[in-house]
Amino acid sequence: MDNLLVVSHSPHISGKNTVRRTMLDVIIALIPAFIAGVLVFGYRAAVVTVTCVLSCVIFEWLWNKIMKKPTTVGDLSAIVTGMLLAFNVPVTLPLWMVVIGAFFAIVIVKQFFGGIGHNFMNPALAARAFLLASWALAMTTWVAPHTAVPLWNTADVVTSATPLAAYAGTEGTVQQLPSYLDLFLGNVGGCIGETSALAILIGGIYLLARKVIKLRVPLTYLATVALGTWIFAGHDGLFTGDALYQILAGGVMLGAFFMATDYTTTPYTPVGQIIFGIGCGVITVLIRVWGGYPEGCSYSILLMNIVTPLIDRVTAPKRYGASKRRKEAKA
Amino acid sequence: MNNNNGYLKTFINGLINENPTFVLFLGMCPTLAVTTGVINGVGMGLSTMAVLVCSNVVISLLRKFIPDKIRIASFIVIIAGFVTIVQMLLNAYVPALSSSLGIYIPLIVVNCIILGRAEAFASKNSIGRSALDGLGMGLGFTCALVIIAAVREILGAGTFAGIQLFGSGFQPVSIMILPPGAFLTLGILLAVINIISGRIKNKRNNSEKEGI
Repeated sequence: MDNLLVVSHSPHISGKNTVRRTMLDVIIALIPAFIAGVLVFGYRAAVVTVTCVLSCVIFEWLWNKIMKKPTTVGDLSAIVTGMLLAFNVPVTLPLWMVVIGAFFAIVIVKQFFGGIGHNFMNPALAARAFLLASWALAMTTWVAPHTAVPLWNTADVVTSATPLAAYAGTEGTVQQLPSYLDLFLGNVGGCIGETSALAILIGGIYLLARKVIKLRVPLTYLATVALGTWIFAGHDGLFTGDALYQILAGGVMLGAFFMATDYTTTPYTPVGQIIFGIGCGVITVLIRVWGGYPEGCSYSILLMNIVTPLIDRVTAPKRYGASKRRKEAKA
Repeated sequence: MNNNNGYLKTFINGLINENPTFVLFLGMCPTLAVTTGVINGVGMGLSTMAVLVCSNVVISLLRKFIPDKIRIASFIVIIAGFVTIVQMLLNAYVPALSSSLGIYIPLIVVNCIILGRAEAFASKNSIGRSALDGLGMGLGFTCALVIIAAVREILGAGTFAGIQLFGSGFQPVSIMILPPGAFLTLGILLAVINIISGRIKNKRNNSEKEGI
């Protein structure tokens, strides 16, 4: 009797995957986009990102302290939220607005609903929407790449149109559209982390290789945007839209690889993920072509976040042996 | 003496213990919609209070005449009468407030607080108590609206009842006076109030135990 066996229910073998490891992978995958942002927009991009990450971590820690809960800073999710939020704001955003955005993301969107794994929408994107609704001017003050942006008093910088605004012609004057190469490398105006498709692709491939994300959502999302903009976004009638331009410009690359693949706020069934990706694409195209904003990526993901529980319910796999007839008989 | 105490209790009940907005969750539509400014909040609250006091008194007066089967319809007719009077008065004397409250003044007719108090209180109690109940509930509603409106207006516009509070450097959080701000403010205020009332209850329970 000296060799006692422990009997417990499954799982019996645990893998090495932890929340911390996954979040670390996402952080590593975000670093190329961060470097690209600093190269394109200068040192202030780094200042904004560091401010955002630091305030996210501090708010998470403070909330845990005040609510007398075990601290969850160690799972690194606050750092990911901070980086994603910073990548979703223009480099000219005043730093105090960055801090308020971080507060909204961590405390109101994430912790009010129960912390990691319980938030119903993407904290970084919700904070971006919050900032855009509150300070629309500061959130749409775009500068051309390599403009010297002062650390304080950024209101007086020379602004330029984002590639999407230039394409839609909403900035009034006729503007030279950037080349595909500039768009691919990120040598254009826009949010800190969204401009360089190359850097985002490197990060995305790393996440795919590490099996942190599946290709389903990014692929269906980008394909839907390409198809929709090819058909509808052209200036000379149907089927004249520049699909490649539309995918490389704006935030869809960043959104498709890093925000539409968030575990908590997107469906967990394969079919559901495909529906999610197509839904995001359709909403993005609707906003870009017919909506009031030149860019609709963030709202498309937020709206699909909200219907995620419904998608999960509809696409839930059938239990083995459970038939439709028996279900009806029960009801 | 005992009777006086009862009257006071009726009044305080509406103001705090059963505050229509923060405890009973009644009248959420005007609460969310018109609290973009303190003046709007006061206007809405006082209009509702006026209707509530008048309709409570009249319904209490008629409570023995109104047949049970058509009481809801009768209550609505009485309430709608008073709402029309209030709307006409607002239109005549404070047209600016009237236009900024807009559709929400006629909508007082279907405000759950008024019909709820008519059904639950005025149709069963004396005139005096019904009037006090209307006064307490109306004041409670007004206070709740003013608190929510103050938070939203100070954060969202940098003003209080139209008076500029901060220097020109203040950039208001415009989302607070947009519809999402109403939900955010109400949710956070409710959380805070629940924490406070939970603590008070705990203290009371503890002191009762000690008393035993």
